Amino acid sequence: MWSLMGRGSGTSALGEAIAEFPAIGSLPSAPRRPRRRREWDEVLIETGVRLAGYIAVILIGLIFAFLLKEGIQALLRIPLSEFLGTTVLDYQGNPKVVRLWQPVGDAPKYSLLPLLTGSFLVAVPATILAGIFGVGTGVYLAELASVRTREILKPLIELLAGIPTVVIGFLCLAALGTFVQEALGTTFRLNAFVGAIGVALVTVPLIASLTEDALRAVPDELRSAAYGLGSTRWQVIARVSLPAAVSGIAAACILGMGRALGETMIVLLATGNAALITLDVFSSVRTMTATIASELGAVVQGGEQYQALFLVGGLLLTITFTINVIAELVLERMRRRLAP
Amino acid sequence: MLGALFEGLCRGLSMLTALALIGILAIIVWNGARVISWEFLVSAPTGGMAHGGIFPAIFGTICITLLMLLMVLPLGVGAAIYLVEYAGRGLGPRIIRAAVNNLAGVPSIVFGLFGLGFFILFVGRNLDRVLQTGLLFGQPAMLWAAATLAILVLPVVIVSTEEALRAVPRSHREAGFALGATRWRVVRQIVLPQAYPGILTGAILSISRGAGETAPILFTGCAYFLPRLPLTHVFGVPMVNPLDQFMELSYHIFIMATQSTDAQLTRPIQYGTTLVLVALTFALNLTAIIARNRGRRQRVTTS
Repeated sequence: MWSLMGRGSGTSALGEAIAEFPAIGSLPSAPRRPRRRREWDEVLIETGVRLAGYIAVILIGLIFAFLLKEGIQALLRIPLSEFLGTTVLDYQGNPKVVRLWQPVGDAPKYSLLPLLTGSFLVAVPATILAGIFGVGTGVYLAELASVRTREILKPLIELLAGIPTVVIGFLCLAALGTFVQEALGTTFRLNAFVGAIGVALVTVPLIASLTEDALRAVPDELRSAAYGLGSTRWQVIARVSLPAAVSGIAAACILGMGRALGETMIVLLATGNAALITLDVFSSVRTMTATIASELGAVVQGGEQYQALFLVGGLLLTITFTINVIAELVLERMRRRLAP
Repeated sequence: MLGALFEGLCRGLSMLTALALIGILAIIVWNGARVISWEFLVSAPTGGMAHGGIFPAIFGTICITLLMLLMVLPLGVGAAIYLVEYAGRGLGPRIIRAAVNNLAGVPSIVFGLFGLGFFILFVGRNLDRVLQTGLLFGQPAMLWAAATLAILVLPVVIVSTEEALRAVPRSHREAGFALGATRWRVVRQIVLPQAYPGILTGAILSISRGAGETAPILFTGCAYFLPRLPLTHVFGVPMVNPLDQFMELSYHIFIMATQSTDAQLTRPIQYGTTLVLVALTFALNLTAIIARNRGRRQRVTTS
């Protein structure tokens, strides 16, 4: 209002009054023309956002570089065969190969095998469980549920994905472990199976939403054509939707597996952390992630164990990276097949 | 027959999944609500962590997520602006997208390794050497924990900002260009104001994600117990000290459940902390989900 009255009426009493106040008085007396932007700030902004864009590339490069740097040093310091097993003499003096991860002590042992079996012993059952529930939920959301059910169910499942993993791990430790032990009579209260249930809980939403996306990517014309030929809803799903989306659903499960292998807090809290080589899902196990999480805080920085832990991290990253690339390739195939 | 069975199975599985969520919440609320009191929220742990409240952990969580947001927002929004408004379809943006995808797939514990190896031991120690500050930067601190979390949530911010920018109709940009506006001016005055709610959604999601993560901060700055808040005084004004260690909710749950002197005795505190953390992340997530759904619905009606 002030600027409106002040403009063009510089001689009026009001105008003079305004001129008393420097901030108001210095208003331009004519409408301001859009100032022409100079070239350099355009260039500056563009450089800035481009840099921000490439930060992601730089970061992923740095992550690989740092894991590689320490991991290679571990490879140079520790003989390669040690990562499979260490030959020790038993009490009768006979040489015997032990496969243990036992990095502290007089004769540290760095066998990666118990950690690898531990990781997969959690991730495989978790992926199977999460696959069954996730694909079922995804199919229900995409093909069967009414709009209203969907609007309630979908946010619930997204909220499940939003529960911090440490909370799930804590509940596995505090409640689920005892429940499973009483129900199934397992030797260990905390074991791979309890961890797998926990990991499955956070993987289900991922698989469900990716499955739903895959089914939604199937063109409706295909469904309409099938209905037009007199198919029932079940026939449309089983013979049209699912076959067309099968690559996407497979990719969802593969990504779920990658997620399960990388899960840290749940397995740290719920699997008991005993580095054993076993194929028994009711045994205590120790995964690669839990090993890093529980040992890195207490190692000598730059020491042998420190570097060995980076090697474990590098191995883990390589495995999950490969899994993600495979999933991406599978998805790419589906997109190409569904493209008109 | 087979069809009915299959449909029933799918319905049953999704109901069970939803029930799992409700069950989890019920357990947490049932066990946690008895502990929660005003006292619990505003006082510090006492009696060797066996009694008292969790205020330092709440304070630390708020500080670290805000610091993280401060770092990740300019980078993430900038990157998304570059990808959507400037980059086009060349090789460069394709590489960036691949990098963002892969960053999202990196296990969280690997960020912890990276945070320790890169931020603390490489950047921190070298800063100390150059600035002659002894051991100021080269140790676990809130700054490095926030930086590590910022990398973790960077893909969240980039992807949601991208979605928000892409939702702005092309014609609006063209109108701006037709008036003689430069590219940055179009972005700043036409695109960003419309994309603002979407960007905010991304920011909220990244806060809830960052607040819930534990693995990346295990080695980069969390403390089991600190007798003081991570504060410093700048000209007499209390400020958060980013070079101090801090207590944090998710870490508090983890450490109390595994390392406290009597984990059974402190179980109520653990449940109480869990309830606070879950309530915090749920409130954030729910806000984000509702805001996003409303945004999508509006877009459908206007376009």
